[in-house]
Amino acid sequence: MNARIVAVYGNLVVAETDGRVVQNSVAHCVHSNGTRLLSEVIRVRGQLADLQVFEETRGLKIGDPVELQDEMLSVVLAPGLLGQIYDGLQNPLPEVAKEAGFFLKPGLYIHGVSTTQSWEFAPKAAVGDTVEAGDTLGTVPEGIFTHRIMVPFGWQGAFKVEKIAGTGSYKVADEIAVLVDSDGNRRTATMQQNWPVKRPLDVSRRRLLPDEPMVTRVRIIDSMFPIVRGGTYCIPGPFGAGKTVLQQITARNADVDIVIIAACGERAGEIVETLRDFPELTDPRTGRSLMERTIIIANTSAMPVAAREASVYTAATLGEYYRQMGLNVLMLADSTSRWAQAMRELSGRLEEIPGEEAFPAYLESRIAAFYERAGILELRDGTKGSLTIGGTVSPAGGNFEEPVTQGTLKVVGAFHGLSRARSDARRYPAIDPLDSWSKYRGIIEPADMAKMRKVLVHGNEVQQMMTVVGEEGTSIEDFTAALKADFFDNCYLQQNAFDDVDGASPAERQQFAFAKVAEVAGLDFDFQDKAEARRKMVEVTDLFRNWNYAPTDSDEYRRLLSEIDKFIATKGRDS
Amino acid sequence: MRKYFDSIRRIAGNVVTVNASDVGYDELAVIDSAHGDSFAQVIRLEGQQVSLQVFAGSQGVSNNDRVRFLHRPMQAPFSEDLLGRVLDGSGRPRDGRGEVTGEMIDLGSPPVNPVKRHMPDKMVHTGIPMIDVFNSLVESQKIPIFSVAGEPYNELLARIGLQANADIIILGGMGLRHDDYLKFRQTFEDGGVLGRAILFIHTAADPVVECLLVPDLCLAVGEQFALQGKRVLVLLSDMTAFSDSLKEISIVMEQIPSNRGYPGDLYTQLAKRYEKAVDFEGAGSMTVLACVTMPGDDVTHPVPDNTGYITEGQFYLRNGRIEPFGSLSRLKQQVNGKTRGDHRAIMDACIQLYALCRESREKRDMGFEMSAWDRKLLKYGNLFEQRIMDLSVNIPLFDALDRCWSILAECFEPAETGIRRSIVEEHWPASGNGAETEPAQEEEPAVAGS
Ligand SMILES: Nc1ncnc2c1ncn2[C@@H]1O[C@H](COP(=O)(O)OP(=O)(O)OP(=O)(O)O)[C@@H](O)[C@H]1O
Ligand SMILES: [Mg+2]
Repeated sequence: MNARIVAVYGNLVVAETDGRVVQNSVAHCVHSNGTRLLSEVIRVRGQLADLQVFEETRGLKIGDPVELQDEMLSVVLAPGLLGQIYDGLQNPLPEVAKEAGFFLKPGLYIHGVSTTQSWEFAPKAAVGDTVEAGDTLGTVPEGIFTHRIMVPFGWQGAFKVEKIAGTGSYKVADEIAVLVDSDGNRRTATMQQNWPVKRPLDVSRRRLLPDEPMVTRVRIIDSMFPIVRGGTYCIPGPFGAGKTVLQQITARNADVDIVIIAACGERAGEIVETLRDFPELTDPRTGRSLMERTIIIANTSAMPVAAREASVYTAATLGEYYRQMGLNVLMLADSTSRWAQAMRELSGRLEEIPGEEAFPAYLESRIAAFYERAGILELRDGTKGSLTIGGTVSPAGGNFEEPVTQGTLKVVGAFHGLSRARSDARRYPAIDPLDSWSKYRGIIEPADMAKMRKVLVHGNEVQQMMTVVGEEGTSIEDFTAALKADFFDNCYLQQNAFDDVDGASPAERQQFAFAKVAEVAGLDFDFQDKAEARRKMVEVTDLFRNWNYAPTDSDEYRRLLSEIDKFIATKGRDS
Repeated sequence: MRKYFDSIRRIAGNVVTVNASDVGYDELAVIDSAHGDSFAQVIRLEGQQVSLQVFAGSQGVSNNDRVRFLHRPMQAPFSEDLLGRVLDGSGRPRDGRGEVTGEMIDLGSPPVNPVKRHMPDKMVHTGIPMIDVFNSLVESQKIPIFSVAGEPYNELLARIGLQANADIIILGGMGLRHDDYLKFRQTFEDGGVLGRAILFIHTAADPVVECLLVPDLCLAVGEQFALQGKRVLVLLSDMTAFSDSLKEISIVMEQIPSNRGYPGDLYTQLAKRYEKAVDFEGAGSMTVLACVTMPGDDVTHPVPDNTGYITEGQFYLRNGRIEPFGSLSRLKQQVNGKTRGDHRAIMDACIQLYALCRESREKRDMGFEMSAWDRKLLKYGNLFEQRIMDLSVNIPLFDALDRCWSILAECFEPAETGIRRSIVEEHWPASGNGAETEPAQEEEPAVAGS
């Protein structure tokens, strides 16, 4: 006990000390009932330390003791992280429930991985080898993955392996290697290590330029606004437009090894959905339960605000850890606006000079630094690992001209902007095809996509014009162009997330369907009149819609395909 | 022995600052003033100085008054005796009967561990097709009615309260007009549910701080009943009044406002309350239905906006109807896949067509020629409004679905509805016209000729 509380403002506590205080180090505020509340030093003024407390501060008093420590806020990295459900500070929620029942309990902290579970260790390094931070000492199987046990990332310099555990069963805290540095100091490595969450974890030869598409099975994303492994993207949208649903389907279908879901200040119910669904769902790539490749960080909106701020960093750190094993990781944060608001609340309590909409001046640099944690690395052993980050943004009033959206757009590689008009019209996913963009290359030839984009843009222009001059003032060519754009939208860009088949479209099927859609859009129809044009386009739309619902290569699929081909061959004139 | 502190240093707004020691953050205090006792809550500790938010307002508090600390947070009495009672925003009786006795429970319990939540899966039938068919209400859902002054939102709230068939109904009135309180009471009494209802009422005439406590009281009591296995329905009206009270307090506390004067933590404050809605794994549930009046009919106003980001959808009440656009139940897919095979298809198709109808109406209003397709849509829109959207319609779900099919069949060819063939084949009414028993009353001239 080396400090005492002198002020309490909500979750901000000021402590006075006569000792040393380390910025961003961890502290515990000790409640008179004995509970120790985890906190972080966020400002030092002379002998005063400002602490953000990761719990409700109810009952704290002036004069209550504070224990300042030297360590930064950290997470434990070890086998056993996959399949876990954590709060923002890496407390395993099922374990918390075992101890505390229905409700969360302030001051109850549980180690992030099981200390009693045994893992089958196989050594990869040998006595006498020279190793550095991040090098593999051995491996353990974690579900379907080979989990590398690495020299702790924070250890500096080269080490000689003096002792290494043999093949066998070990717990995370057991010694598995003894390493000696150049000065002859011995250090014991176990299967677990800590890493401070706010410091990016990157032990690699170099960063590579991300260019492999990360297929999500959402057509409008993979084909039009693609994401790549190691890239970044954001999904801003008003409430109810479909951000969370989009992330949920991405978490299910994304072509990556590991998915980390950070539910940051959103609804607890949505987590429950994932929690109950994922163990039942199979990973399309491995046939195993989806939960085996997933980690959930749930810091929902009713949980303490400061922990919300920490939760995205916790998630990023776990993602970076698996990237160090040569795996492809996707981290999804829902919603980064809540994280930004947590910063705003704290900044207000610290009485910092507010910027736009009372967000702190450093908002943009924090956002940029967060997305910078994504990337594809060439690791020290030559293998590649990637961390892709996708964040939702919840702009006030649905207006993208606000600090969090704007700050995010400056740094991400793809922008999936959801539109209220599309979600109201139930045109899901409500990604606006005219406003959104991606700097990455996807699974469709850019030239082919450019053509379809033109169809959309032109169709939209005609639509706009028609609202002024009416259908009667529109030529049949223009009218057909508008119908074609609508057809492309209906049959390709829209997708029913709740249908087993249509909900997830594999890359090859997308490419094939895209070619068919493009063929129809490219047809030089010679409709007699607008009524015929509408009738024919309704007909072909209906064919494609049903085709989208038909399982690949089923009879239904083939039958509809041949009808579509017939339509194309005859320009719809045979019926 | 009771310990009193008497050096009140500052009285501003509803906040009183007093010098005191051994005081816990968030704990409750009593101010002894000439007008009697009033409760207050600790909202800031700074060395010797303790800032208190006074529930009954600081009017009449003097710098000579004495403050006593209770060393516990705000509590509510909890027992079966609450049923049928009317209390105020401090938990005191306002029905002229005696104090409620019972176990004292803390307000603002910690959040429920997500792993102990049951996945919502029970549909709440309301008899209102715009809810049952298009945006099903689900047990444990939190959902507001977005509306403006003058709309019958309190009536709608009361009607759902009656029809939802909950074990316990808790009404939280915030800034409620006295007449509206009496109407709620009357409705509950007429509906025969007053005996399983609890009313926490803050009226526009009561102190502002008490308004802030109403949701916490309702939710704390509701949570206890839910833990005992009861299915609780909490009705809150009006959460905009609640938010305005928050704004008032935060301005007095000199917090930097983020948006139109509201504090930066408005989202968190609202979320803390709404997130109390829960279906406990192995116990009861609490459903929360709230009214949010939108100042200036502006949904981007901070209160409806933040609410929308927290709740599981919203019902827009406009012109006496629940609007299909913007209204959303995010939990509907948990239940509408298990009702009847055509439920989802009808839900999607009817709304998409109604959206198209709106476009046609716009075109018509601008004087453009109506195509045959436009005329079909206009006819559809009118029928849909009369037979489905009208709030007076009160029919069970399956009847509502059948009614939708007959409207579609009256207006369209099957392929025009965009509904999957297999479903059309199963449900399309045998004869295209006249399947509906209830005749369309009046149609617009543009439609009559088609
Ligand atoms: N792809 C989709 N297909 C069908 N329905 C969808 C789709 N996306 C969203 N919806 C509908 O919209 C609702 C809201 O979606 P979602 O929860 O993803 O919104 P959100 O943008 O995350 O909102 P918020 O910002 O409030 O969290 C869903 O519950 C669902 O009913
Ligand atoms: Mg969401």
